[in-house]
Amino acid sequence: MTITEDRAADAATPEIGRARTRKEDARLITGRTRWTDNIQLPGMLHLAMVRSPFAHATITAINTDEARKAPGVVGVVTGADIKDVQGAVANAWPITADQKTPDHLPVVVEHVACAGEIVAVVAARTAAEARDAAELVDVDYDELPAVLDLKEAVKDEVLAHPALGTNTSAVWTLDSAAQGSGTDVEDEIAAARSDGVVIEREFRQQRLIPAFMEPRSTVCDPTGEQMTVWTSTQVPHILRFLVAATTGIPESKVRIIAPDVGGGFGGKLQTTPEEFATIAVARRLGKPCKYTETRSESLLSGHHGRDQWQKLTLSARKDGTVTGLKVELLADLGAYIGVVGGGVPVLGAWMFNSIYKFAAYHFTVRTMLTNKTWVDAYRGAGRPEATFAIERMMDELAAELGRDPLEVREQNWITHDEFPFTSVAGMTYDTGNYEAATAKAKALFGYDELRAEQRRRRESKDPVQLGIGISTFTEMCGLAPSRILGTLNYGAGGWESASIRMLATGKVEVLTGVSPHGQGHETAWSQIVADRLGVPFEDVEVLHGDTQISSKGMDTYGSRSLVVGAEAVVRAADKVIDKAKVVAAHLLEASVDDIEFTAGKFGVKGTDKGVTMPEVALATWTGHNLPDGVEPSLDADATFDPENFSFPHGTHLCAMEVDTETGATSMRKYVCVDDIGTIINPLIVEGQVHGGLVQGIAQALWEGAEYDDQGTLVTGSFVDYTLPTSADTISFVTDHTTSPSTYTALGTKGVGEAGAIASTPAVVNAIVDAVRPLGVDDVVMPCTPERVWKAIQAGRAVSTEGDRDAQPHFDEGAPNQDPGAASPESTSDGSQS
Amino acid sequence: MTRITMTVDGVSYSDEVEPRTLLVQYLRESLGKTGTVIGCDTSNCGACTVHLDGTSVKSCNVLAVQADGHEVTTIEGLAENGELHPVQQAFHECHALQCGYCTPGMIMQACDVLKNNPDPSEQEIREGLEGNLCRCTGYHNIVKAVQQAAGAMSSSSASSASSAGSAGSQAVSS
Repeated sequence: MTITEDRAADAATPEIGRARTRKEDARLITGRTRWTDNIQLPGMLHLAMVRSPFAHATITAINTDEARKAPGVVGVVTGADIKDVQGAVANAWPITADQKTPDHLPVVVEHVACAGEIVAVVAARTAAEARDAAELVDVDYDELPAVLDLKEAVKDEVLAHPALGTNTSAVWTLDSAAQGSGTDVEDEIAAARSDGVVIEREFRQQRLIPAFMEPRSTVCDPTGEQMTVWTSTQVPHILRFLVAATTGIPESKVRIIAPDVGGGFGGKLQTTPEEFATIAVARRLGKPCKYTETRSESLLSGHHGRDQWQKLTLSARKDGTVTGLKVELLADLGAYIGVVGGGVPVLGAWMFNSIYKFAAYHFTVRTMLTNKTWVDAYRGAGRPEATFAIERMMDELAAELGRDPLEVREQNWITHDEFPFTSVAGMTYDTGNYEAATAKAKALFGYDELRAEQRRRRESKDPVQLGIGISTFTEMCGLAPSRILGTLNYGAGGWESASIRMLATGKVEVLTGVSPHGQGHETAWSQIVADRLGVPFEDVEVLHGDTQISSKGMDTYGSRSLVVGAEAVVRAADKVIDKAKVVAAHLLEASVDDIEFTAGKFGVKGTDKGVTMPEVALATWTGHNLPDGVEPSLDADATFDPENFSFPHGTHLCAMEVDTETGATSMRKYVCVDDIGTIINPLIVEGQVHGGLVQGIAQALWEGAEYDDQGTLVTGSFVDYTLPTSADTISFVTDHTTSPSTYTALGTKGVGEAGAIASTPAVVNAIVDAVRPLGVDDVVMPCTPERVWKAIQAGRAVSTEGDRDAQPHFDEGAPNQDPGAASPESTSDGSQS
Repeated sequence: MTRITMTVDGVSYSDEVEPRTLLVQYLRESLGKTGTVIGCDTSNCGACTVHLDGTSVKSCNVLAVQADGHEVTTIEGLAENGELHPVQQAFHECHALQCGYCTPGMIMQACDVLKNNPDPSEQEIREGLEGNLCRCTGYHNIVKAVQQAAGAMSSSSASSASSAGSAGSQAVSS
């Protein structure tokens, strides 16, 4: 099957910056795919999991007799059967030395800490037989009281893990005065209380579910000398290490393959109980085993994201200059601490101050254990939460001052001539131009025209009001400099690895340690290498996701693939060029110092003599005529450890229409201008932005993981966990400004998470902006019509009674709680503080 | 077990199946048609969409026995004579896929939308694809791809209709 390419390759045009259609597509659009669940091996058994329906319980007995007798059943395995060999689900980032970390067994032996935990595994000839038999496993539970609410958990009245003695896992703090990067936040707040402005708000980051489209699947073949595991993962290399580290299987005996992987968004950066259980059962039975989760299992047992309460105090002078920001977070880890775990909120610690020049900053997070599904990274991981909070606060500050929210931002942001700029949190931003991105976004959006329309509609008391939401965000990408990770107590490095193999026929194989699952690395890496080595785009083959092929890597998450992974590729390519230069000089009978390499050709300065890279590769392969002492290979490896993070930024503008009579909202326009540094492939970049936008918009409007008071996930299927559809969304206007990063050779900054980070506050700010004249200053996410309507009713009640507190304080009752939680009549006392 | 016979992507198959077997399970597990995938268990996501006698169905929502005697086309049978279907080509050119998991179902549904409405508006495309979930693209480029395919299909059917008489009339008149 051939794909017709309209864009004829022009050898003179650089590949970097070209909107190449993707190499990956040919198989994906024709069904020639290699999802893990497609794999069939001779004699393969299918697994089904028996899961706890209880959120917190002790297992008193498991009777597997009936299940074992069922047709096709080869084995039924309980936690007790494999307790010494199953390994453990690990946390790689204990955020403090005294963090409380509950043991996390893949198949529980005695203590169930959240609904959905695996209690037993059935292996049968077919998936249907395994599932049928799983129904026959009889488990006796003693149900224990469960702690489900994050704020209740703080009280330690009910414990998620009684053996730990507390629900608090860790408390982690960053303070600008203590670390010397700014003044004391309490001083700034005190000063503002007497002669300035203090904004205090509490925001809820609801629990989300990553909801990648491909349910997770694992196949383990234990029959070879080296055990092979295919699995739907973002992190084959990390999984290999942790399987070895926790089961005792030598690392050299473990091969992990991530074949085609259908999305991740952080949801597949976990090493999962299901993977460990599949490995343990396959090894026990000596047969290849496959486990593929149902969607309902996926929503219940794959890790969740976000889930924070955020208490913010922002101080400013009367002229609008921000002075201090105090952030107090409660973060729900759920029942266990995942591979990143408490590191997720910690990643937000450097981002709450965002692009603004605060003098003082304080951040504290208390990570809590509860009896719900565990929480870990979801697209953005810590930075969306931070961006939401600060961008909502900047709007609240502007409202308090009665000024345009863009103008207040501009007054406080780092100007383009102030880079490099060390933030109050201690991060040094290398480049950026917030003015340029904002100016472009305003023009594309028609900001002034929409503001004029908003005024007209307010004056005419249009029942459908228009709101404009702003998000001028930055984020940090490129996880991560190993030395910084070391100071943060992370268990591994943040480097990335690459190899380049020059084949005799002139083709090039690129091995990369990052592990894509939809990002288009094969295309983008080909463009980078084609430019660097001067070979055709089509001649580059990118190999990844198999620990036997790309043996070293730290995998894909945290917008790191391009800014860390591709930097390793560039360095490997440069080593190839250096090696090839020596051979080319010999072939051209010239000095190495006189060899110039441009556009794939080695030339001799001042002559027209030259040889191409493929010619050098062939000459090296034959080895017939090499300089003395030179090995017959141009292949090279490189491992790159970044010196810093990168800091993309952008200005996102959103227009929302809000029906004040029904609470219904609809998106009128969304414009974003992102500065992600140098763009390798604009087509891929646009796609990343679009997808990120919708995930962020979905947090604002539709999605939320909800539990009942028994600890049962009630949004446990796609009927109830409401992913947006094409009919819910609009087409977006996306554009770019470019200030290349100085931290990367290519000038790239990362784009994978930008859309999801920036869009959520833009949408909520727009809704609040639309109904602020009605007395509304917050709507809790997801901003469903019901919540918007109730907020309007509550706001009207307060406005009418005239006792609305313009400058609320935490001490005076509950701050901006969900107005939907109380009836409209009863909210005039507390809900609007 | 029940014996069923059906044509899938132009090949006739006859098998004994458990009556409870879903069409998607039959396609994947018995026929090896793994291009069609399963994304949920509540018929919300549409990843398993195929054509049953030329009309799109979610193959998780059809029993294999219900397809007995019928004709099924999957993503693997969409291209003809080595040429991609215009919708497949447009998905590639418009970057309408990232991880690609929803793509087979999305393409099959898009074909159905265009069959019923060869010149849809953006809103009609969005509503026509409402039963197919995508988590990567934000739908923006999927909508563009369907618009582009509509243009390509109408111009090709118009030219074939004018040059070959009735050859393109089915697409034009439907």
